[in-house]
Parts: sequence; C-alpha cells; structure tokens
Amino acid sequence: MSEAIDYKVIGTRPIRPDGVDKVTGRAQFGADLNLPNMLYGRVLRSPHAHARLTRVDVSKALEMEGVYAAISRADFPENPSDLGKNIMARDKVLYHGHAVAAVAAKSLICAEAALALIETSYEVLSPVLSLDEAMADDATLLDDECFTKNLPETPDKPSNIAAVMTLSRGDVEEGFEQADVIVEGDYNIPMAHQGYIEPHACIANINESGQGSVWTCTQGHFEFRALTAKVLGMNVADLKFIASEIGGGFGGKTTIYLEPLAVLLSQQARRPVKMMMTREEVFRASGPAAGTHCKIKVGARNDGTITAAKAWLAYEAGAFAGAPMGPGAMAVFAPYDLENFHVEAFDVLVNKPKVAAYRAPGAPQSMHAMESALDELARKLDMDPLDLRMKNAASEGTQAPYGPKFPAIGLKECLEAAKVHPNYTSPVPEGAGRGVAVGFWFNVGMQSSAEVHINENGTVTIIEGNPDIGGSRASMCLMAAETLGVPYEQIRAVVGDTESTGFSNVTGGSRTTFATGMAVIQACEDIIGQCKSRAAATWGVDEDQVEWEDGQAIPSPGVNADVKPLTLADIAGNAAKTGGPLLGRASLNAQGAGASFSVNMTDLKVDRETGKVDVLSFTAIQDAGTAIHPAYVEGQMQGGAAQGLGWALNEEYIYDKDGVLENAGFLDYRIPVASDLPMIDTQIIEVPNPRHPYGVRGVGETPIVAPLAAAANAIRDATGVRINDLPLSPPNILAQLDNA
Amino acid sequence: MKVVFPDHLLQHTGGEREVELLAVNFRELLLALDERWPGIEEVLAKCAVAIDGQIYQDAFLEPLHNDSEIFFMQRIEGG
Repeated sequence: MSEAIDYKVIGTRPIRPDGVDKVTGRAQFGADLNLPNMLYGRVLRSPHAHARLTRVDVSKALEMEGVYAAISRADFPENPSDLGKNIMARDKVLYHGHAVAAVAAKSLICAEAALALIETSYEVLSPVLSLDEAMADDATLLDDECFTKNLPETPDKPSNIAAVMTLSRGDVEEGFEQADVIVEGDYNIPMAHQGYIEPHACIANINESGQGSVWTCTQGHFEFRALTAKVLGMNVADLKFIASEIGGGFGGKTTIYLEPLAVLLSQQARRPVKMMMTREEVFRASGPAAGTHCKIKVGARNDGTITAAKAWLAYEAGAFAGAPMGPGAMAVFAPYDLENFHVEAFDVLVNKPKVAAYRAPGAPQSMHAMESALDELARKLDMDPLDLRMKNAASEGTQAPYGPKFPAIGLKECLEAAKVHPNYTSPVPEGAGRGVAVGFWFNVGMQSSAEVHINENGTVTIIEGNPDIGGSRASMCLMAAETLGVPYEQIRAVVGDTESTGFSNVTGGSRTTFATGMAVIQACEDIIGQCKSRAAATWGVDEDQVEWEDGQAIPSPGVNADVKPLTLADIAGNAAKTGGPLLGRASLNAQGAGASFSVNMTDLKVDRETGKVDVLSFTAIQDAGTAIHPAYVEGQMQGGAAQGLGWALNEEYIYDKDGVLENAGFLDYRIPVASDLPMIDTQIIEVPNPRHPYGVRGVGETPIVAPLAAAANAIRDATGVRINDLPLSPPNILAQLDNA
Repeated sequence: MKVVFPDHLLQHTGGEREVELLAVNFRELLLALDERWPGIEEVLAKCAVAIDGQIYQDAFLEPLHNDSEIFFMQRIEGG
C-alpha cells in the first residue's frame, strides 16, 4: 500500500534504456536475425472468402529446385482447435487470405515461385460479410457445428451467433418510465487494424528430433511457445522461444500466425526457416479489431440523473468465435452509477479474419456508442457534458455493472481536472466543435516472474519474461531502484527467453508494470533480506539487528555495533565469503489490478466542402495510479489518442461483395501521420491503486477508448449533425451533411 | 457470504442469481457450489471472480469471510 509520496526515483524521467539502439538501427526486430543455411518461408493464401477446400497438393512445389519443404493441412495433427484451423485451413477457407499451404526455399523469389506450383481446388460458397447478414435466421453458416452458447436452453440448430451475453440490474422499463428525457442511437464501426509498424516475423530452427528454438516478435514468448506446441502437438520443453525487440503490438501480437508453420517447415527441411508477413498479409490474415453494431438507449431526469440504460452490442468475431463482446458489455456502462440497465451482447461469425485484441478490446466500440448517446442527452438537457457525467459518475463503493463494488478509482478526479483544464475553459475556436468523452478499462494482473542478480560490483541485472513494448524495462529499473535504494543508472533489465527465466503471461492487458513490477519488487525484497543476512554475518549480530536504508545495510537503532554501513557493492564484493552470489527471485499471480478511467476532449474543424477534419487540439486526462515513468505514461496516452483518432476519422476495412479486402495497405488504409495531429496534451491523475506496493494501475489500454466518441461529439458540435457511423472520413461526412 | 452469478451463468444455477453460503476459502466455495449444482465448478473455473471488490483471475487460495461479497464474471484479458 502506498500513498505515492516522497519517492526518490519513481516519478522521474530517465532516458529510455533501449533508445539508442532503436534510433541507430541496432535493435534486432523479428526479421533482423539471419542464420547460416537459412531458408525463406512463404504462405499460399485463399483467394476466396468462403469455400470448401476440396484439394491441396504440394508435391509439385516440393519437386522444384531450391525448395526444401512444403506443408499443408495434411501435415498438422487431427482434430484441430479453432486456432489450429486459423493457422492452416482444413476443410474450409473462411476468409480471403486464409492460409492453405506453405513452402520453404533458398530465396524469397524461389519460395514465391513454388507457391504457384501448389495445386488447390475450391467449392466456392457465399461469403457472410455483415452482422445483419450473419445474424439473420436464414443466414449462410460458416460452421455447421456452431451452436450459440449461453442461451437458457441448448439451441437445436446451428447459428453464426457463437455466443450471447447479458448483464442486467433493476427494472429497465420502470427506469425509462421515470425518465424526463430519453435518447436512442444506432452506431456502426467497421473492422480496423492495430497498424503496428513491424509486420509479423519469426525464424524457427528445429532439429531432426523436433527440438529447437524460435526467434519471434511477440507480446509474450511463453504463451507463443504454449500455443505453438498445442497446435503442433509438441512438448513445450522441446521449444525455446526468444522474443525479439517489437515494433508495436497493441494486442495484435498476443496470438500466433507464422510460428507453427516455420517450426514445421524447419523440421521438415532440417534448416532454419525465416517467415515474414508482407504488410498486405498483415491486413488480410492477422487479427484486426472487431467491427460492431451497437444500439444504445438512455433515459434521465431533468437534473441529469440517469434512470435507465439499455445496450445491444453485436461484435464481428471474424472466421472463428471469440470477439471481445464480454469486456465490451462489461465496459459500456462502467463509468456510471446506474440502478437500472440491461446489456445484451453477441459474438458473431463472419467471413473476415479472426479478430484479435486491440487495446482495451471491445470497449472503444461499445463506449463510443454510450458516450455519443450521453452527448445527445446533455444537449437535450441543456447541460454541460462533463457535469452530466459527473452527476452519474462511479466512485469508490459504486456497484460496477459487472458486479463488484469499485475500490478507490479516479474517474471523478479526471472529470474535475477536465472541467478546469485550459483547453476546456477556453472558448471553442471559431468554426470548430468541441467534444468530450470518458474512457475505462479494467486492467489485469496474471502471472509474472522476475529475477534480480547483483553483479560483483553492486550493479543490478533484472531478468524478466515480458517483451518490452511500452517501456517496461525502464519502469522495472525504476521500481528496483526505489526498492533497493540504488541509482537507476546501476540497474539494467533484460528480457529472458523461455529457458532463462520463469513463466510470464503476455505483455498486454496493461498488466506488465503492475504485475511484473510486483515480481521485480518482491525479488528486490528477497535481495534486501539476503543482504541483511550477509551484513549480520559480517558484523556478528543477529539478522533482526540489521536494517536496509538508502541502498545499504546499517545496524538497527540501539544496536551496539561499531561497524560501517555496507553498501550493495560492499556486500556483493564480499559475497564469496558470505554465501555466494546474490540472486533474488519472485513468481506470482498478481491480483488487485486497479481500473483506470480517462476523460478526453478535442476541438475539431470540418471542411464542409471536402469533408476533411482538422484536429485543432486533443487533451487526454487519465488516472495512472502512480506514474512510475511519467514520460512513458504520457506516451501511452498520446499513442492511444492517436490510434483512437485514426479509428474515429479514417480507419476501416473495406470489403468488396466477394469478401476481398480492398484496402490492404497503408496507402488506402489511412492511419494518422504526424502532420494529421496536433501535440496531444496530457494530464496524469494519480489515485494510487491500494493493491500495488507503489500504487500502479495499468495505463496502456484506457487511452484508446474515449477518442472515438470525443471526436464524434466534436464533429456533432461543429456541424450540428450527429454522424453515428465511423469512420468520420470525408466521404461519410459529406454524405451525412448532404442528407441533413 | 453472498455469491452472485451473472446472467450467462444462470443456466447452470437453475436461474438462481444469488445464494448465501459459508466457506473459509474460494476452493471450498467452489466445492460447495458444485455439490449444489453438479458440474458448475468446471464452468466457474473459466470465470474471473470479484471478492469484496477485488477482481481475481484465479482466486483458488483466497480466504473468504462470512460477510464477503462474491461476484462471478467473465475473464478479462486485453491488448
């Protein structure tokens, strides 16, 4: 438990340890490793969005000179999981770009040529490309064995609706009866991609007996190892996974695509195999965020008190079940203290790639709908939109819509900060509009391990099992420095492979600084205990007569010992005489992650002739608990804002009638570039999480949640027209303004 | 202690949303629930649980008190 005061190191902004190597090109990313005798793997992908795969024959490709391995469904274990079927199509292809075979050859050109020799036959089926189409009673089915889960009674026929979920409290209809004002809205958001700069890439080097290593860009090499072993029916102990540096993931690199293919090809070829997705493959065949259709109804009294709220949320899962409808449903009303609500959510199969996590998965879509509806409610009530939210805001003790009572949370503090922020109190620029919205994410703990080695000169090496995506090496060093009482500059953190440190779950869910940080703190406390024991032995006193203060062992007050304090360097230098090297370690399943809330506001200007939107200002305010390294926290907030604005304004998967993605490249899939955005203002609120030693909450997910509605609300303010469907791209804006 | 189930688990509890039970830790609670509704332990093992406001992905060893409030919920992961 911490009150976030008087830290010596936490809250400072040291230079990032990975910075020089990254800006000078020395950092080794997924595609940067090369091995002797290495081959190149390529994937043959389906040209159809929905078809029965009646034949795959790789034999002619295998006969080609320079080709060393070729695989298809026949090379994988029987009875595959959905993950296995996504890695390599079996009886059906379920999206354009679905993998149907792969080869390894001496060069990329040779591998590409070999793909052309693979013989395939398809029986083409109608693609199911929209939620409405997929949920219709007479819909074409993707999976004849998909029966809707969580219904009161087991359904007697299959459906594209893989699962439903409901949440409710009170009497919604009675709540609407009590309302003076009711607003309703119907909101659509298309699939969008995380847009990480580094495509998926890996190298597998497997020997004849099926043992070997995989170098890969991943958010979690332990889980990649487990998933790969499961898909291939291998023993995890036979595989070593090494995480490269990673050029972004945002949830999209929490699952595997290439790794099992590279392992099988390498095993067959008995050579290392490198595989890299092109950008086009990343768009077509990795996991974007779910497209959604959300309906919201909110009722309130004239004083702004919400009396009832209702949400209907449909999420595109892509080809296999597993859309983030659960977190979306639990998040939609989370910021508010509601007596009466009902949420119904659907996980729906469509002939598009299987969705993956994308920062706060499910929440940006559902909360865009709710926060847009609240904006309309504020207008009807003639009430300040921040006041409306404050009137209904959740705080400590509020029963969250998903069940438990909130512990200490910082939503009201964020709203208060927004209300007095200069970007809110200043007049809206002429011709522009201003929008506000609230964001939320649960955050998680999960399993982490860490080791702390004290080198012979007293410097410190941390080995952790989480790839560093958002600055975790720096935050681990800061927490270790604070705990041990030594300068930050004396500490280095490295990411160990799966054979050199203990299991850790993925770097995701805003968990790493919280959970792996806890492990590092505990490992440092282990070191402190050992140092006190060594000092006691050196001084000839009892262990409980030694204290640890400012990085050195000192006698406890009142202990009559004429001794000099022993620094970490003193104890490490003498370690051979007192019991050997100092090694601290901790493994845990972290509990008590603290929810994080945000308030965003933006001023936008719309060109009514072209539909182009200019972002004049954007302000992100968020409760971080305690900001271990504030510059990284601000970076997370700015990055989330940029991605959220991209999703709001331009990003979308555009399919033709046959289910072919038409904009599989950054030229046509328009993410924001630096010139599209203003400097994003940030304000960190610190309401410490009582369940973390230094008060940490996760910060990485929440920043992407509010920008979607903040932008939509600003455009409503600027134009007088509510545009419910994203993206708010020039063609959409022009069409809506013309229709108004 | 009060144990509350979300809508999607009601099919496993015969529609009962809330029960009062006694258990000294979460493991005992799961056993007691499984005795009442055979098979539910397997379903609940895939859920997260909030105990007195704190969310646990795996609460197996957590101690419980007579006045504890326990809410089962869907697991959260993230990106």
